[in-house]
Amino acid sequence: MYDFNYHRAESVADAAEKIKAAEDGKLVAGGMTLIPTLKQRLASPSDLVDLSGVGDLAGISVDGNTVTIGAMTTHGAVAASDDVKQAIPALAALADNIGDAQVRHRGTIGGSIANNDPAADYPAGCIALGATIVTNTRELSAEDFFVGMFETALEEDEVITAVRFPVAKRAAYMKFPNPASRYALVGVFVAETDGGVRVAVTGAGQDGVFRVAEMETALSGNFTADAIEGISVPDDDLNTDIHASAEYRAHLITVMAKRAVAAAG
Amino acid sequence: MSYTVSMTVNGKAVSGDVEGRTLLVQFLREHLRLTGTHVGCDTSQCGACCVHVNGTSIKSCTMLAVQADGVEVTTIEGLANGDELHPMQAAFRENHGLQCGFCTPGMVMSAIDLVQENPEPSEKEIREWLEGNLCRCTGYHNIVKSIEAGAKAMRGG
Ligand SMILES: Cc1cc2nc3c(=O)[nH]c(=O)nc-3n(C[C@H](O)[C@H](O)[C@H](O)COP(=O)(O)OP(=O)(O)OC[C@H]3O[C@@H](n4cnc5c(N)ncnc54)[C@H](O)[C@@H]3O)c2cc1C
Ligand code: FES
Ligand code: FES
Repeated sequence: MYDFNYHRAESVADAAEKIKAAEDGKLVAGGMTLIPTLKQRLASPSDLVDLSGVGDLAGISVDGNTVTIGAMTTHGAVAASDDVKQAIPALAALADNIGDAQVRHRGTIGGSIANNDPAADYPAGCIALGATIVTNTRELSAEDFFVGMFETALEEDEVITAVRFPVAKRAAYMKFPNPASRYALVGVFVAETDGGVRVAVTGAGQDGVFRVAEMETALSGNFTADAIEGISVPDDDLNTDIHASAEYRAHLITVMAKRAVAAAG
Repeated sequence: MSYTVSMTVNGKAVSGDVEGRTLLVQFLREHLRLTGTHVGCDTSQCGACCVHVNGTSIKSCTMLAVQADGVEVTTIEGLANGDELHPMQAAFRENHGLQCGFCTPGMVMSAIDLVQENPEPSEKEIREWLEGNLCRCTGYHNIVKSIEAGAKAMRGG
């Protein structure tokens, strides 16, 4: 790992200023993705700006039909939250299945979505539930936020402050984990929201998370696993790598979607 | 750049000068000479470097020493009370929960955190919790047995 200057941000505004002032600054949240990346020398920022001291970025609140999760809230805190378990149990279960206990103790929702790993879990939850991403400068729909593999709409000095999830009528997430890394080989989040049924797939797409319109239409009329039995996603835009072929991933998408629908009830 | 960090390690106040890129595990092993915490993979996968920061288990190869400024750290060296092993350490010894012993400090630190969160874990819960702790020797069976026994001892019998 190359050396860098380290700063602790006192507030969100301070973090944005420190990033702007740096030659090539990077925010650090839980560090569970960034530190391994620095070790591999895949990134060599001049300055790291640590968000961990910004107290008001961590925390969960429920207001009517909206669950707001601060950017620095760890996966472990989301998994253990009685509020999240009650309002959107599928989201608590998703968080509880990320990596391992030690990763969940440090990794944060803000870091996960800012990274937009094509095999990460939260992007599927954000898209399916119709989440809003709140930053220091604006609010974006999840669909506008996730742009492509490891790519988001974030500007260089933009800081995610929270993610707002509308409570779904019913929802479930089913992931087929890579047995070694626990990242999603394929993960499907199905939700019936006030805006209709949404099906989001992670782990499979060449451009990261995506929705399956055909399944959404079928489920709108008939929310059962049988309704999507015959629907498969073409494998043209799916990933092939050492872990699985595009064809296998296409197969898993239908299987995981059916399981998610059954689990959502 | 150089930074002075201060923290409490196994109940003692310590401080030292580190670089931005110095990992917490390097600070523990190389500055404080607490070599009980091991580095197995250095890629955040194996859990050999597991220590407690403010009471919770974390991978010390994936935390910067500067990030740990002001925290309380417990390492494997901080568990025993003089010559008396911590109940979880004793359980690993009694149940043959180790072979080469390389993964053991991380296993013990992780297991204690599990019991803090879940005092009576089932075999399944123990196996799931050990997702982040790899062992190349034992096949995990006796580790699971050790943790069951250690949890019981930590509950007081
Ligand atoms: C062994 C292991 C297993 C894992 N398994 C899974 C898994 O199964 N599923 C899964 O989804 N993930 C998994 N992860 C990734 C984990 O969830 C990470 O915590 C997450 O991807 C990054 O969160 P972080 O808080 O650690 O972010 P960091 O590593 O600190 O930062 C990641 C990126 O986000 C940026 N960033 C961080 N916070 C903000 C913010 N508030 N605003 C703007 N940008 C920000 C940083 O600049 C950096 O570029 C795993 C990681 C490890 C090490
Ligand atoms: S050395 Fe830290 S996880 Fe392997
Ligand atoms: S006892 Fe050798 S690695 Fe676990």
